[in-house]
Amino acid sequence: MSDVQNYLSPHRLDDAVKAMAGGDTTVLCGGTDLSPQTDSGLREYAGTLMNIRRIEGLSGIDLIDGQIRIGALVTVTGIGNSQLLDELAPVLVEAADQFASDQIRNAASLGGNICNASPAGDMIIPLLVLDAVVELSSWRQGTVHTRQVSLDEFFTAPGKTVRQENELLTAVIFDQPAESFVAHFRKSGPRPALEIATVSVGIGGRLENGSLSGVRVAMGAVAPTPLRARSVEATLEGKTLDAETIRAAAVDAGEQATPIDDVRASAWYRRHLVCVFTEEVLNDVLEN
Amino acid sequence: MSLKTEISFRLNGRAVSVTIPVTMKTLTMLREVLGMTGTKYACGEGECGACTIRLDGRTVNSCLMYAVDCDGRELVTIEGLKTENALHPMQQSFVDHGAIQCGFCMPGMIMQADYLAQNNPELSCEDLRRGLEGNVCRCTGYTKVLDAVTAVVEARR
Ligand SMILES: Cc1cc2nc3c(=O)[nH]c(=O)nc-3n(C[C@H](O)[C@H](O)[C@H](O)COP(=O)(O)OP(=O)(O)OC[C@H]3O[C@@H](n4cnc5c(N)ncnc54)[C@H](O)[C@@H]3O)c2cc1C
Ligand code: FES
Ligand code: FES
Repeated sequence: MSDVQNYLSPHRLDDAVKAMAGGDTTVLCGGTDLSPQTDSGLREYAGTLMNIRRIEGLSGIDLIDGQIRIGALVTVTGIGNSQLLDELAPVLVEAADQFASDQIRNAASLGGNICNASPAGDMIIPLLVLDAVVELSSWRQGTVHTRQVSLDEFFTAPGKTVRQENELLTAVIFDQPAESFVAHFRKSGPRPALEIATVSVGIGGRLENGSLSGVRVAMGAVAPTPLRARSVEATLEGKTLDAETIRAAAVDAGEQATPIDDVRASAWYRRHLVCVFTEEVLNDVLEN
Repeated sequence: MSLKTEISFRLNGRAVSVTIPVTMKTLTMLREVLGMTGTKYACGEGECGACTIRLDGRTVNSCLMYAVDCDGRELVTIEGLKTENALHPMQQSFVDHGAIQCGFCMPGMIMQADYLAQNNPELSCEDLRRGLEGNVCRCTGYTKVLDAVTAVVEARR
């Protein structure tokens, strides 16, 4: 049941964060997570429902001073169609292409995917590989205050993040990857596209003379939060990407995963997939 | 009592103003408030595509979309495709190819097919299969659906 007492659809960021200052606000973007969660009773509305889709200035994908900034309202379709991302961070386009259906991609926002904080969130894994930070905005001392939090430190539990009730996620930011940076993403579900990932793996690094450096490995749906697999990164760092290294990384990735049994897959099967995907993604990286 | 608000938008080319509960979904507004029952409710969870409509040119699942978000936008539903006297070419092609059985999925299927064909004149069979991933049909087995859409795409080339 809805006991919403107030509906807002601000056009300006300052109005939005001012309205959130007292907490008790449910943020609505594309609604593709909020709808099913409230319909099923999994989640209650707060006193204020705030539609953020009209806020100006949060819908761009820009390269500014060597950093790529993606606004929270950008849809998964917007990411998939972005020429800039296709050139500079194609792993995001690759992940967008594997996301749900056309209809969902047209509605689903980047900010919603991150704030929903599913361990399976498909935009989160490539963004971890890109070492992104999220920008959180709030109203403080008569002005819009922003802070940045590393995406790696953003998630605390399924559906839980360090975002405060009075904060709006306004953008995702990462450094423009080096020329030699290569990254790939792979996910699986029982149906190819329209499915929450059973597991997903993203791996990236600078590929020079057949070896990877600055390696980042991220895995989805294998732990309570999206995971950076540091020991797999260490296994790969500076090594020639030969069959032996790839095998060692795959085995290690399987050990890092602490998946659950649920209706989508057993823990055993998920762990097996993590190994297979790690191997496949590394082979993709090598081929690039 | 749930909070209501008034919204205004364009629906199939007509200006509409309506007062709706702020948590109502667009599909419910279309069917139960506006009496436009062409758009179907099946899963209510974004999985099947029966509720597909166009919003500012792009297709979305109206069962997930909050009606309040229609404010100021342009919506097209299956009722908006046909002209006064004739079916839309995509609708006609589905009829001609025998691509419709029970028909329940078809409003959504045709909205999505029209969107795909309009956005990509070079639409390949593979593009089409991928583009229709969010539309589930329990009757046809999809083959005749693919034939119907392909015929429209080819006729436009
Ligand atoms: C059929 C179906 C298939 C799906 N498939 C996939 C898939 O393949 N991969 C995948 O990752 N996800 C999938 N999803 C989940 C969902 O579509 C995504 O998580 C989507 O990105 C959510 O974005 P939204 O704009 O719809 O968010 P909303 O539903 O509007 O919001 C999601 C949550 O985030 C909060 N929120 C939204 N924006 C902000 C912000 N800027 N600041 C603070 N809080 C905010 C909301 O309050 C809410 O709690 C699927 C969902 C459905 C229904
Ligand atoms: S009724 Fe909306 S997707 Fe099934
Ligand atoms: S024709 Fe019956 S569900 Fe598609």
